[in-house]
Amino acid sequence: MLFLLGAALLHAGATDLYLRYVKAGLRPLLLAAGAVLIVTALATAWYERRRAGGGHGEGHAHPEPRVSWLLILPLLALILVAPPALGSYSATRTGTALQEPLAYPSLSAADPLPLSVVDYAGRAVYDHGRTLAGRTVRLTGFVALDHDGTPYLVRMALNCCAADAQPVKVGLTGHIPPVLQPDTWLAVTGGYTPRTVRDPVNGGPIPFLEVTDARPVPTPRDPYDESWNN
Amino acid sequence: MAIVEEAPPTGERTPQSPEAKRLTSPLVLTMLLLLMVLLQSPIRRALSAPVMQSWTTVFVAVVVQALPFLVLGVLLSAAIAVYVPPSFFARALPSRPALAVPVAGMAGAVLPGCECASVPVAGALVRRGVTPAAALAFLLSAPAINPIVLTATAVAFPRNPEMVLARFVASLVAACTMGWLWQRLGRTDWLRLPAHAPHEGETRGAAFWDSVRHDVMHAGGFLVVGAMAAATLKAVAPQSWLRTAADNPALAVLTLAVLAVVLSICSEADAFVAASLTQFSLTARLAFLVVGPMIDLKLFAMQAGTFGRGFALRFAPATFALAIASAVLTGWVLL
Repeated sequence: MLFLLGAALLHAGATDLYLRYVKAGLRPLLLAAGAVLIVTALATAWYERRRAGGGHGEGHAHPEPRVSWLLILPLLALILVAPPALGSYSATRTGTALQEPLAYPSLSAADPLPLSVVDYAGRAVYDHGRTLAGRTVRLTGFVALDHDGTPYLVRMALNCCAADAQPVKVGLTGHIPPVLQPDTWLAVTGGYTPRTVRDPVNGGPIPFLEVTDARPVPTPRDPYDESWNN
Repeated sequence: MAIVEEAPPTGERTPQSPEAKRLTSPLVLTMLLLLMVLLQSPIRRALSAPVMQSWTTVFVAVVVQALPFLVLGVLLSAAIAVYVPPSFFARALPSRPALAVPVAGMAGAVLPGCECASVPVAGALVRRGVTPAAALAFLLSAPAINPIVLTATAVAFPRNPEMVLARFVASLVAACTMGWLWQRLGRTDWLRLPAHAPHEGETRGAAFWDSVRHDVMHAGGFLVVGAMAAATLKAVAPQSWLRTAADNPALAVLTLAVLAVVLSICSEADAFVAASLTQFSLTARLAFLVVGPMIDLKLFAMQAGTFGRGFALRFAPATFALAIASAVLTGWVLL
């Protein structure tokens, strides 16, 4: 059982699966914990065999407490289901977590300019788009629809694990594809527009983007934005 | 062509002891896993609703995030239990319990990690003869005042560096008060440490790994209980009611304190969440930061497992109230 749990942790850490749940910085810890669990399982088995070989044959002194059977649940969830990263359901129920950036570093000259959703939203709301004027930007995020149908491009920002993930939202206006399926990942190209709304959940500001082109893209390797914790 | 030679039945298979009649845990485990693999697709279908999906994601995330810290704490506690002689603590801590409490509280600063690590370590300390009051002060202060958490707080509140000092002071005060309170009012029969098999007669290696295995299985099970509760609340409770609470100062403090208990966020990350709750006052957010590492759903489950249910039921509400009081006082003076 410990062996399986350790192996599952190692598997999640060795592949990119772990990025759905925790931040990238936890990877070495995950791998170490998985290794320790496997060593524990092996050590238990070894001592058990030696004890049995010693001829005492009294079995094991204290069996596992019953509550440890619950450890099987996350194990099954991780092996069989491998739940996806948080998507539009959580995004529409949680208010935007946008905060004022500390500074506005100058942008590269690339055209269209790749920007993160958090970076764009910060510049659009708190710098009133001064650094964005006349630029074509490209944002990547997933689609979430408000209850009145307003489409947002969302990226979940993560500090430690998915339990503390919070969405940052950018409203879409202009040439939006006619049919938008929630949770599809889009690379959206467009320009700054001064329009903002208040998030109905917590009253946080949501800037808009004047879309000129939107293309579906595969889910990125790390579905969360981790720029906050470095 | 194939000549199958029937192997004569060997004596190994015949049950010799009554134990063989019981379902052994590896057998049950194998059967359960097989069953789950067979039922894979109906389970997946049941979990594909958005509520269930986000529930499973948060649940797995809490467990995956906490396990490395739990393993670290368990290794440390096993090392204490096996390799550190009890006389060491008798020399290291002042003999008067009233003095040992603040010393142990400050010692919490050196355990860098999440709150999940401190529960097994505190359990091992009590078992090793440290006064419970001092061990409890350590349990409460370690996750809140270690350098990693304080750095994260400084990063999350770049415009309010006084938050770091306030968090340090308020957490330490609450932890020490709780320790002294236990010393005055606490009764040892509330503490029910699960009996550990006596380690005499075993080699040190065997005792070490035995302790690691037992603690991971035990605390891990309770961690799962706490993670399930936290995931349920995160997936089901609406966030919009937070807005109305933010306007009333007293209600705001209470709301964020309850939220800290319910969300069960790792103490290394809670500062970022607190920073994003911009509609609340700084004092209310300080309460969030002080309460969260000391008591939350997953910690309550783990404490109930490590120290006994009667202890956790008395300890948790007292900690909750004291942490809020300490946060409000500190916020009033410093912020």
